[in-house]
Amino acid sequence: MADIGTAFGLALKLIVTVEPEFLGIVARSLAISLSAVVIAALIALPLGAVLAVYRFPGRPAAIVLVNALMGLPPVFVGLMVYLMLSRAGPLGFMGMLFTPGAMILAQSVLVAPIVIALAHRILRDLYEEYQEQLCSFGARPADMIWTLLWDGRLSLVTAVMAGFGRASAEVGAVLIVGGNIAHVTRVMTTTIALETSKGNLALALALGIVLVLIAVGVNAGAILLAGLSAPRRK
Amino acid sequence: MVSRGLRTALSIVMALATAHATTAGERFITLASTTSTENSGLFDHILPRFEQDSGIQVRVVAVGTGQAIRLARNGDADVILVHHRESEERLVADGHALARHDVMFNDFLVVGPDRDPAGIAGLADAAAALARIAESSSVFVSRGDDSGTHMAERALWVAVDVTPDAASGDWYREVGAGMGATLNTAAALDAYTLADRGTWLAFANKDALTVLIEGDPALFNRYGVLMVNPARHPHVKASAARAFVDWLLSPPGQAAIASFRIDGQASFFPNPAPAREPPRRQ
Repeated sequence: MADIGTAFGLALKLIVTVEPEFLGIVARSLAISLSAVVIAALIALPLGAVLAVYRFPGRPAAIVLVNALMGLPPVFVGLMVYLMLSRAGPLGFMGMLFTPGAMILAQSVLVAPIVIALAHRILRDLYEEYQEQLCSFGARPADMIWTLLWDGRLSLVTAVMAGFGRASAEVGAVLIVGGNIAHVTRVMTTTIALETSKGNLALALALGIVLVLIAVGVNAGAILLAGLSAPRRK
Repeated sequence: MVSRGLRTALSIVMALATAHATTAGERFITLASTTSTENSGLFDHILPRFEQDSGIQVRVVAVGTGQAIRLARNGDADVILVHHRESEERLVADGHALARHDVMFNDFLVVGPDRDPAGIAGLADAAAALARIAESSSVFVSRGDDSGTHMAERALWVAVDVTPDAASGDWYREVGAGMGATLNTAAALDAYTLADRGTWLAFANKDALTVLIEGDPALFNRYGVLMVNPARHPHVKASAARAFVDWLLSPPGQAAIASFRIDGQASFFPNPAPAREPPRRQ
């Protein structure tokens, strides 16, 4: 297919020439997804630690639920957030629909279960390792959570990166709650959808390639960090 | 720690909300419109002129006519520009929008593979052409998304008393997508479809698709502009929305629409007689 060859050429051109319009879309995508991931992580990491440390009734059910929610369909999240933020919905008074804030909210909801579930797995192992030692110090569970989060921070980065991958790659939720408004809520994935629907397949492919390159960069960073964390752990 | 994390997260959310509140003070309106007007590039041509004249930014959410009307009913848009007169008039009758104004028109086209397996090329009657597609069980791709184009297509089937739903999944393929995406599908399936002229002219992946039927009066495609009723939805930016509707219907707005060209071809035509129906002020 000639399209693929053209697309690679165009992708290279887009990256090299640093067109402001294109750069704006990439910057907006990163700003929204990073904000979403930061918010999700602030809520999800402590919750993951709580699941790893505390024993409470309903804990197994909570773990099953969180793991199931890792596969939450973005369009469903988009629809729920739309219904909440619509002027006819309970949070309509905030006027957040079709703003970057709405997109951040939707992506946070999407990402939080992923970070909770992955953080729980990482910290559960760490907790087993530390439990005796911590108990012998007479540490309270609340202190343990803090210690676990701090000592596990480098491994937890991978959990957060997985969340970032999910946020930056999804199109279903941000399209519904953002509306793909040029220069306001248009991000890389919604641009790809738009250009595809205009029949500009090469440009859409080029944007997709840039998105893949960003994902590769982020994950390379995550693996490097994990490599750094390995010697610390042992 | 948990509460600290929650508190930080909450404060960030609040900061975002207030950041949004300050931008809300700026002059902008939300325009819900159709994929045909967005995909064709019309808005990129006319909106900068309005923004320059008025200082009001227009944020376009491009969805099908059906969804645009739902957005208006929920109060999630300030103005809608769509193309299904019946739904528009119902919206006004239900009190969700102020008056409906004709703003521009163009036409629909029946497009299909140039080898034309149903043999419809050159027919004057679009509905008869669709009947022939049904008889020969040639693949037809329908928008299937309650858009204005979809509703126009349904009306054509009704005119020749064909129920394509019976063949859904067989030769009648409902894709539930925008105009451009539907054209992509039709190109890939070597199928017929109904398209608006604007999107068709701007569409870059035509492959073997070509225009087979045009010029039938039944293919007339009329766009209306409506302002969401601020009495029903108090947060609607009434003065900015009214300024936009008035501008679209004024000579400069109509001239902006008329001067839009795709590859040298006019694709939207201003309201034929603006003088006869001046913008009504509420």
